[in-house]
Amino acid sequence: MAVLGGGSNRSHSGRDSSPGFRFTLYAILSVVVMYYDQRDSWLTSLRYYLSAAAYPVQVAVSSPQALYSWGTESFQSRKSLRAENDALRVRERELSLNQMRFAALEVENARLRALRNALPPVAERSLVAEVVSVELNPLRQRLLINKGERDGAVFRRQAVVDARGLLGQVVRVGPWSAEIILITDPEHAVPVEIVRNGLRSIAVGAGNSGELLLPYLAVNSDIKPGDLLVTSGLGGVFPAGYPVAKVTGIKRDPVLLLAQVRAQPLATLERDREVMLLWFAQNHPASPSRDDQKTGLPANPNDVLRVLTPAAAEAAAANPRKAQPDKDPE
Amino acid sequence: MILGGRESRLMILTTVVIAMVLSVLPLPPWLVIVRPAFLVLVVLYWSSMTPHAFGIFLGWLSGLAIDVFQGAQLGEHALALSFITYLAVRFHLQVRAKPIFEQSIFVLIALLLYETLLWWIDGWSGHALNSPTRWVHALTGALIWPIVVGVLGRTHSPR
Repeated sequence: MAVLGGGSNRSHSGRDSSPGFRFTLYAILSVVVMYYDQRDSWLTSLRYYLSAAAYPVQVAVSSPQALYSWGTESFQSRKSLRAENDALRVRERELSLNQMRFAALEVENARLRALRNALPPVAERSLVAEVVSVELNPLRQRLLINKGERDGAVFRRQAVVDARGLLGQVVRVGPWSAEIILITDPEHAVPVEIVRNGLRSIAVGAGNSGELLLPYLAVNSDIKPGDLLVTSGLGGVFPAGYPVAKVTGIKRDPVLLLAQVRAQPLATLERDREVMLLWFAQNHPASPSRDDQKTGLPANPNDVLRVLTPAAAEAAAANPRKAQPDKDPE
Repeated sequence: MILGGRESRLMILTTVVIAMVLSVLPLPPWLVIVRPAFLVLVVLYWSSMTPHAFGIFLGWLSGLAIDVFQGAQLGEHALALSFITYLAVRFHLQVRAKPIFEQSIFVLIALLLYETLLWWIDGWSGHALNSPTRWVHALTGALIWPIVVGVLGRTHSPR
């Protein structure tokens, strides 16, 4: 590299091509890369390897925080551990009580459906993943988790939940990591229904982690604060019946055609350290239709979400009270 | 010593990696909004100080790294950053001669151009985000420019 150690007249030397020419080359290269990234192409696999290369850095960057939480957990006092243990025991008892009732209800439900046996649970398999890094700002609400394609075939558009409710879906998969878009991301929409009356709508992310908006409900629709929203199973990503949010506020302005409804996600989006990835039994009535996953999807995950929204809205408008939206995809 | 040679290239890459880490470090939401684009500032510094060490390639590569880390569209930040790197390389003699305060103004303009390009590309690719918070980092970036110059200036002997 002796050449580069020359005098200060180097900046005037004509050895290099002009910066304008070089910039043009790089600009063209960037535009070509952008063009192919918008479409599904060989760049998808390039990105797969790039995300693998970026993953160690992302782990390293979040390691101080991880170390801190590990430290506080390791050096907790005996007293606080006992308190936590007691609380968990009480909760466990409550849950097992509920579980008993659930088993009875399930059997009863199966009988009512005139089936021989109770249906198996809709979630066939689950995988716990740890959150590596969190990006929560008004523009992007994303998580990076430490499980990827090599850890049991995590796939794009896979549903992700935490212990309380729906969290989001996988948008990008790397070999050892995956990126999750949260339901509160402003570019995300989830088809929901109100448990109380089966009214369907779409919940759109508001861009802050405590809020969802339901912008497509008529002013006179039957919805009130406290209503529980669950996934409706439309749209082909999320299975039916997973809790999503609770309605917190409704503003009915008679001038507008649509009510302004706000809801609070049940999942504790900003505090989760662990999340669960779900796989669904293909032929279960409540599982999301996988038909559209076999056909070609747009490369850009954001396109998927946009495709999903109008279709689900249309379906919701067409048959607002239909009991089972998508039967098994035969 | 005049900049150039293997050591200074190594130094440039080291500072670029540190800046990359600083710009993906998890922070509370309000800090994320005001966090300056460290990587862009460092690239601006090196491309105006040693325009011949890497040239526009440094900007392009750093931009691509941002794309990968932020999960943005590949090539988006690469294009925007190589554009302002080009400006820095093209006008490095003029900018370097200016006092630090005027340099900050140039940095502000460069960062605003950078963000405008990103904004356009976002709009063109169909996920426009018109939140005013996306422009805040240009201001904080210009404000900490003197600090960036002070810190990076220590990594090489004064010219």
